[in-house]
Amino acid sequence: MSAFTTVVESGIAVVTFDLPGEPVNKLSDAVKVEFEALLIRLRDDTTIRSAVLISGKPDSFIAGADIEEFSALTTESAAERLSFEGQEMVSRVETLSTPVVAAIHGACLGGGLELALACHYRIATDHPKTQLALPEVQLGLIPGAGGCQRLPRLIGARAALDMILTGKSERGAKALRLGLIDELVPPSILRATAVAAADRLAREGVPPRKPKGGIPALALDRTAAGRRLVYRAAEKRVLAKTGGHYPAPLRALDAVRTGLEQGITAGLAAEHRAFGELAVGDVSRKLVQVFFATNALKKDDGIVPGSAVPRQIRRLGVVGAGFMGAGIAGMAALNVEVDTRLKDADLPRVGKGLKAATGILAERYKRRRLTRSQFDRLSALLSGGADYRGFARADLVIEAVFEDLDTKRHVLAEVEAVTRPEAIFASNTSTIPIREIAAHAARPERVLGMHFFSPVEKMPLLEVIPTEATEPEAIITAVRFGRRMGKTVIVVADHPGFWVNRILSPYLNEAAILVAEGVPIELIDQTMTRWGFPVGPVALLDEVGLDVAQKASAVMHAAFGDRLRPPETLGRLIADGRQGRKNGRGFYRYHDGHKAGVDDSVYPLIGVRPVEDADSGVIERRLVFAMLNEAAMALEDGVVRTPRDGDIGALFGIGFPAFRGGPLRMIDDLTATKVVETLRDLEDVHGSRFSPAGGLIGTILHGGRYYPA
Amino acid sequence: MHDSRPGRRVAIVAGLRTPFAKSGSVFREVSATALARHVARELLVRTELDGREVDEVIFGQVVPSVRVPNVAREVSLLPQLLPSVPAYSLNRACASAAQAITNAADQIALGHADVILAGGVESLSDIPVLHSRRFSQILVEAGKAKTMGRRIGTLARTRPRDLVPVTPAVAEPSTGETMGQSAEKMAKENGITREAQDRFALQSHRRAAAATEDGRLTAEIAPWFGGAGMDEIVATDNGIRADTSLEALAELRPVFDRRYGSVTAGNSSPLTDGAAAVLLMAEDKATALGHRPLAYLRSSAVAAVDPSWQLLMGPVYAVPRALERAALSWSDLGLVEIHEAFAAQVLSNVQAWASAAWAERLGLAGPVGEVDWERTNVAGGSIAIGHPFGATGARLVTTLAHEMERRDVQFGLISICAQGGMGHALVLERD
Repeated sequence: MSAFTTVVESGIAVVTFDLPGEPVNKLSDAVKVEFEALLIRLRDDTTIRSAVLISGKPDSFIAGADIEEFSALTTESAAERLSFEGQEMVSRVETLSTPVVAAIHGACLGGGLELALACHYRIATDHPKTQLALPEVQLGLIPGAGGCQRLPRLIGARAALDMILTGKSERGAKALRLGLIDELVPPSILRATAVAAADRLAREGVPPRKPKGGIPALALDRTAAGRRLVYRAAEKRVLAKTGGHYPAPLRALDAVRTGLEQGITAGLAAEHRAFGELAVGDVSRKLVQVFFATNALKKDDGIVPGSAVPRQIRRLGVVGAGFMGAGIAGMAALNVEVDTRLKDADLPRVGKGLKAATGILAERYKRRRLTRSQFDRLSALLSGGADYRGFARADLVIEAVFEDLDTKRHVLAEVEAVTRPEAIFASNTSTIPIREIAAHAARPERVLGMHFFSPVEKMPLLEVIPTEATEPEAIITAVRFGRRMGKTVIVVADHPGFWVNRILSPYLNEAAILVAEGVPIELIDQTMTRWGFPVGPVALLDEVGLDVAQKASAVMHAAFGDRLRPPETLGRLIADGRQGRKNGRGFYRYHDGHKAGVDDSVYPLIGVRPVEDADSGVIERRLVFAMLNEAAMALEDGVVRTPRDGDIGALFGIGFPAFRGGPLRMIDDLTATKVVETLRDLEDVHGSRFSPAGGLIGTILHGGRYYPA
Repeated sequence: MHDSRPGRRVAIVAGLRTPFAKSGSVFREVSATALARHVARELLVRTELDGREVDEVIFGQVVPSVRVPNVAREVSLLPQLLPSVPAYSLNRACASAAQAITNAADQIALGHADVILAGGVESLSDIPVLHSRRFSQILVEAGKAKTMGRRIGTLARTRPRDLVPVTPAVAEPSTGETMGQSAEKMAKENGITREAQDRFALQSHRRAAAATEDGRLTAEIAPWFGGAGMDEIVATDNGIRADTSLEALAELRPVFDRRYGSVTAGNSSPLTDGAAAVLLMAEDKATALGHRPLAYLRSSAVAAVDPSWQLLMGPVYAVPRALERAALSWSDLGLVEIHEAFAAQVLSNVQAWASAAWAERLGLAGPVGEVDWERTNVAGGSIAIGHPFGATGARLVTTLAHEMERRDVQFGLISICAQGGMGHALVLERD
């Protein structure tokens, strides 16, 4: 079976790319061989005047390179050669005397866009599925098939860097404005328009393109001095965003700069050299692993495959219209497009919740991610009341009420009384064991946990927590629903704190202990943000809310004993009326909702003076190893099913630095032996809370690792 | 008994409305579409009905917005319903929602539909304001102009007086008479005193206030989430004056005839924003879906009189016609709901029904019947509750059906007067 089918009609070759046996088109080695042959035909067949390249896949043009193929490369030179060959192939398209029109509908990503850029004319559809992007930096790479050269030449340095350095995707309308495509059409006439354009190009040649962007583009993109400003600003943005942990964006910037300032040959050389180095570098390897793990998770429903099919959710009930409930409702309406009924104790609360949920849609509308009519339609999915009317038709009910066992049990009983027996009840709790909530349930087989993270519209993770009694059908339904909401879903065991809060607990405790020892708060947070976390642990306590954090840590302490004993620190702050960001007073001061520096009055409150000679190496070691050790223990307890789930949970649930792969991956990288040694050292100084996990020692004994080497 | 109406029997499964609010008050910023969609969706929620069951949507609206000429279609495009549900909007003036219900019932009776959402909406806070005829012509011409110069030349013909906007009037196009002037004329010709009108208005307010207090009216209302934060809840009608008195009403100046008039703002229904909807089903469909209908529609009738005569006397003709179709007499009625456009109109209608002279005029053997106020407008009426033109009919059906159930009444009547000299009557029944 061939990937390309060519039909020649009145001198115009319509080449349809339809990779057999795959849902999307990818540029694998085998495809490239076929494509080279095709290029020779286009060059030599004198009956062909021009060509159209179009995809045979629904809603996908070309999704990019075959990641599995290049991630198997082991040497820098092999990776560099891959990039070089890609550049050569794409250049052959560009230099072809037969004009080629790219007819783009659906995802046009990475190598797919680089190929389209080498075509002589680009037409894309106005369909929302049509997305153009160079997402290579998200895998720790750079566009390595001439993308760093052709994109800035086509749309200017600023717009090109904006796309290349972030990997963000653009829809057809924006692509047209940028000059990335030449025409925007509805999908129904894509092929005909492309054929007509190919015919025109064959007769009249490639039309000159008017530069876009007016005077700013003239000043910034088309003068060397202007571009210097552009490069400097881009570099600053990259460093602010990556903290210097991710080399790819800077290398991409260098490839763009070299190409624009020293000519395309130098640029292409810089591009394939950088690609080679990055592809076998540690950061890219980690990011690719994360990519594969995330993809594998998308196919993992948390049950024995085939043991149940998901129920269709035609109405969602949400009990509790607070921040969480509203976030869940809003995301369900936005991404699942499901009829959603919100319930709380009184109508003003329901109204506030509806407002917040609608606000998630309104924000998308403002950013032009939704049209007016989509916004109207989706917001009409959201309704609410102060009673359970509408719940009789609910297929799934998620409660997000106050974190209190009796309250949650009460809500469960109320919901069971009004819903159909097949309805599934999910509790959004961060710490309360689901089996406790389900203890008096009439239908415990339909009860499970769905632990969302706040704010729901931003946090990508969802923990689904079945109990011993939960049926597979309920599990797969919750997993699939969470996934449709846009979440990465891990199925975790019904243990206190589940996975994310379990590994977070000793880490946050240790941060509070450090504060109690007088270690300056900004030093603690800086140490950990430099290490790669998006926020430091003390700032995180403020974000979570000190009262909430205290409540959670008490639950964890009760469940796990002294190892997870929280220090007095939080209690002192709470007694002083501090709840963190939400009331504008915590470890930090807040002005108009913005963090405004550490509140120095915290130190006298807990009876310490900030010490001056704290060692950030020690801080880092204590915090990181507290988490690694707990991760090893939780895995041993069976909280997560695989190291993969645990690492993805840490990455997406708490922002564990992706370039480190996750806590379990890190243990493998450091070796379990070394981790145990460090823990023993910490135990000697700081006590038994650092006593190494039994699982770690077991791993050493069996000479093993969490992941295959 | 219920075979008097041809075709399948039509069940009134449920009814609901938004709060009714004086125009320009709490719904000032709310479109008619939003009100109509809200009430329709909440009706589906309260009946726990699968939206896929709905076969058609019919809504009445008297003053549609320019941008949404078919509000019913916007309702039927609610994501809870199938996009394939057809919908139309209609205008029979103040009887529009009653007409929507009648049409729906006809379709169900004929077997063309099983489930129809019928109702009405009005937002007089969101009325079209038009340009003058001359200015409109200038704009159209300028729009067609081929060159910029010609366009500017055309626009330059505009005179200041052309820019005075035209607002829709509550006046008869055929006679130029406003509704209030008609009511004034009826009061004089039928000898309805100012005091009788005020007394009637007072009763409307007192009964509506009591029915709000004891929850009979609020049970029919889907609360509205108002304000920028959606947390200002509107759950009651804001025109009902529990504290009004005969003295207070007597102090109001007549509006339409300052010298000899008796029709005041106090004894007329106010301009109102609101929506109401009723869920109708074929009887067997309601049974199959497990609904216990509130009531059934037994008959309906429409009549019209010459608008240049007494404009709001249409019900005098429509009611006996509906009773005849229902094979019932006035004495069979356990409850009556009369739409209160004006106290003068209600009292004129009531007087005519009881009159032997009128019976002769109508070609009846005897008077239609004597209104018993203990069984009529028991929860107040449009004077107190308000009157969103397009919605009132659905409110009346909802209130009557609920009250019939509450009082275990077998037959009930609705009488609505409408612009253009029309009258609309419906007879409801229970088993």
